[in-house]
Amino acid sequence: MNYWPLLGVASVVIGFVLRLNPVFVVVVAGIVSGLAAGMGIGDLLAMLGNAFVGNRALLLMVMTLPVIGLLEHCGLRERARDWIAGFRGLTLTRFLTSYLALRQILSMLGLTNVAGHAQTVRPLVAPMSQAAAERSTGPLAATARHEVDAMAAATDNIGLFFGEDVFIALGAVLLIQGFYAQHGIELEPLAIALWALPTAIAAFVIHALRLVHFQRRLERRARASTGTDREPAC
Amino acid sequence: MLKLTHVYALLGAFLLYAALLNLRQRRWSMAGFWAILAGPFLFGDAVLAASAAGLRWPAQAMGLGVVGLGVMAARGRLGTTAEDAATLEARRASAQRLGNRLFGPALAIPLVTLALVLAGPWLRWGERLLVDAHQSTLTALGLACVVAFVAALRVTRAGLATGLGEGRRLLDALGWAALLPMLLATLGSVFATTGVGDAITALVGAVIPTDNALACLVAFALGMVLFTVIMGNAFAAFPVLMAGIGLPLLVQQHGAAPAILGSIGMLTGYCGTLLTPMAANFNIVPAVLLELPDQYGVIRAQWPTALMLLAVNFGLMWWLVL
Repeated sequence: MNYWPLLGVASVVIGFVLRLNPVFVVVVAGIVSGLAAGMGIGDLLAMLGNAFVGNRALLLMVMTLPVIGLLEHCGLRERARDWIAGFRGLTLTRFLTSYLALRQILSMLGLTNVAGHAQTVRPLVAPMSQAAAERSTGPLAATARHEVDAMAAATDNIGLFFGEDVFIALGAVLLIQGFYAQHGIELEPLAIALWALPTAIAAFVIHALRLVHFQRRLERRARASTGTDREPAC
Repeated sequence: MLKLTHVYALLGAFLLYAALLNLRQRRWSMAGFWAILAGPFLFGDAVLAASAAGLRWPAQAMGLGVVGLGVMAARGRLGTTAEDAATLEARRASAQRLGNRLFGPALAIPLVTLALVLAGPWLRWGERLLVDAHQSTLTALGLACVVAFVAALRVTRAGLATGLGEGRRLLDALGWAALLPMLLATLGSVFATTGVGDAITALVGAVIPTDNALACLVAFALGMVLFTVIMGNAFAAFPVLMAGIGLPLLVQQHGAAPAILGSIGMLTGYCGTLLTPMAANFNIVPAVLLELPDQYGVIRAQWPTALMLLAVNFGLMWWLVL
């Protein structure tokens, strides 16, 4: 067993601890790991190039940027805020919990690329979350606004991750089935997918409860600061 | 028939356009960055075909490009340009004027994607399918973006140059963060090829008491999380941990149910994905997109959910599997 390729993992850890540029860290780690495995420069470059091309689907989100950029230039985020602010009885918790449920259900149907950070979170969900939060807290301070944005992104992630495993014909389930099939264990994809349901439900309950807690904390902090001096909006 | 290749070609053309705009403004490293990145999209299929045929230099050139991207990223900086009060005011006015019509093109991206995926098998041009059935979701997403862009141009009455220019502004703001998911997946492939997984499995096997089922389960669950944190991807961790611990020790030696172990084991890995900057497309890209001051802001928002779910998953496996 050649343990030297583990140096690649070590370079990743060291690079992140030193807070070096992640792209640089990843490229160096790849080269270190290849050299440690005894590859020549030619093989190493070819392997990097082929793997890079093979994974290009991950950059498809860039296709959404012209649409989102243009709409934002014309006030999409402002409009999203105003629209949500007009709903009575809509709170941050209710809004994000509904989005969580929608995202989980869509992912369970295999529609993972329908929503996402570039497609929906930045242009719609984040500004709407801010507007919904401000209904109960008043204008948000800068730190609170960033926390609401981050929670909107986190909610999207959790909805995606713990929904997609329930879908039969996509990535995760096929990977699991394929692994067992290679080792002589035949399983129905549905049998694997159904066992993702308990975790999906647990994820929804846990995160929904955290959203309740999150809104209460924002409200407490807003009350505490109105006593002293109020920070200006925006 | 519309294939993913066509979407890739369009994306490559947009990256080249962004490179050209940067070149005109003498922002050399940004221009070089997007020009190199356009390569895999314009010539990707040719590179893969050449490699399959035994011709190595195109893939090697691409590898050299990857190294170049790493060097340029290390020197460059991320930065969003601050907006002055006038643009802010113009946006407010435009939001007032256009109202809810602005939502149309934004919602068109998910809705058209959805419609194309669902209607795909029935959309035909003569005998041939309009949308390639292979990887139809991604092709549909690309097509939906084009439809939405045309709709956005109509609604806002902006010119093509303004539209693409705004897209390029967002792309520049993302900078290297846009590239990171692709590079991390590349690193995953490199780790798999160079035998990093095998080495870790051998180490783990030497440390845990294999005749204790609970110890094996703990090693499996923690291994999934830890390996996912390092690789940024549960899909990369899964085969390694299954081959090292899951299959030989838990399934074959201790009689665990394979379907449950596989499913919940994978979801245990997902808890790790929520915790790691290596899963850049989920954790770092949105932090940049949302202009959070803290790179790890999204991870900070989701780690409590991840740890609680990890406990739930472990409990479920202990109860159902052993």
